[in-house]
Amino acid sequence: MEDKIIRFLTEIRPEFDFTNSSDFIENGMLDSFDIVQLVVSLDNEFGISIDGVDILPGNFSNVQNIVELLIKNGVTK
Amino acid sequence: MNLKFSNKRITGILTVVPENEIKFEDEIDNYNFSRGQSMKLKLIMGYNKRRVVKDGTTVSDLCIYGMNYLFKKNLLNKEDIDALILVTQSPDYFMPPTSHVIQGKLDLKEDMVCMDINQGCSGYVIGLNQAFLLLEQEEINKVVLLNAEILSQKVSKRDRNNNPQIGDGSAITIVEKDPSSKPIYGSVKVDGKGADVLIIPAGGFKMPSSPETAILNEDKSGNFRALDHLAMKGDDVFNFVQREIPPMIEHLLDKANSNKEEVDYFMFHQPNKFMLKKLADKMEVPYEKMPNNIVENFGNSSGVTIPAVISYNLGQRLLKESFLVCMAGYGVGLNWASLLLHMEKLTFCEILEYK
Repeated sequence: MEDKIIRFLTEIRPEFDFTNSSDFIENGMLDSFDIVQLVVSLDNEFGISIDGVDILPGNFSNVQNIVELLIKNGVTK
Repeated sequence: MNLKFSNKRITGILTVVPENEIKFEDEIDNYNFSRGQSMKLKLIMGYNKRRVVKDGTTVSDLCIYGMNYLFKKNLLNKEDIDALILVTQSPDYFMPPTSHVIQGKLDLKEDMVCMDINQGCSGYVIGLNQAFLLLEQEEINKVVLLNAEILSQKVSKRDRNNNPQIGDGSAITIVEKDPSSKPIYGSVKVDGKGADVLIIPAGGFKMPSSPETAILNEDKSGNFRALDHLAMKGDDVFNFVQREIPPMIEHLLDKANSNKEEVDYFMFHQPNKFMLKKLADKMEVPYEKMPNNIVENFGNSSGVTIPAVISYNLGQRLLKESFLVCMAGYGVGLNWASLLLHMEKLTFCEILEYK
């Protein structure tokens, strides 16, 4: 799951190394429109619809938070 | 707050769109992003083409054009109009009220109620609520509700977050007394603590426009806008809509002793494709019951999108058929409002091009 997340993040913002940051938002690596793109990629990949109320920057600040968000929305590890 | 109205119904809707159409690709080089990145967003958000006014066209122009069309086609008589409501956030002037300008230019009777309401994305539902309230008066039998916006004039052309989605237009809705109509249920809420979430900071009395307020500044995401331009905290607006609208609709349907399955169409405000799709998912409403095609064809024209989505998707069918429709508007204020009503046998329901 982590590898797929990193792959999607890198597709959206290829200029950044997402394996080497603990806060994508704080470090200016993702903005709200990047998050929208990521949500669509994750929805399609895992066959889910991430709950709209969970689409908050804090839930996308690092890979672990994104994994937890996916699990909350029904993806099994 | 719960609302309930009886003996009233919508009898006609005319949506007026400017003839001037702009394609997303025409403006893509204005934005401080790669073409590939912007094209991905185009698909997700529904950015495609939008209708905007040419410089000099005002909301009164759009409304008067539509009203004259209705008079000419004998779909509306001047003498029958007992009240005129204009809902807009882009009035011709601070003073006088633009509704009064329209009343004068159309040479409507003096013996009537005429008012402006400052509301945005929930403006269609708020305007209908006001129309229903006015119809409680013995001498008011027919209300003309005008929704109109030309907010494209207040958005930075270099703001990819806002510019590609903004459209202009107006809508004319006729609301009348009808003793045989079924009850209408409504709900309205407001949270003024979120007033800065969607705002044009300069241009009012708080911060008059000046050369300084016209200076473009770059935000964290690479968009350029000035204090004279519309600014939106997109994350906050998105989250507010996803958090507040589903429970409001559940509550509305409960109050009406109805349910989602009974509703034929959810005609919701059209902010962008992604937001509405997520709302449908959360509410577990099939996409075909929540049309989501106004941003991609006309742009988001604030309070005009609900009549636009009705005119565009149901149009002629509403002249003959009957539908249970749930409407919801949400946005600037923050304000959110919904209605559940039967729509049937409209005299007209169409889209007119302003020329």
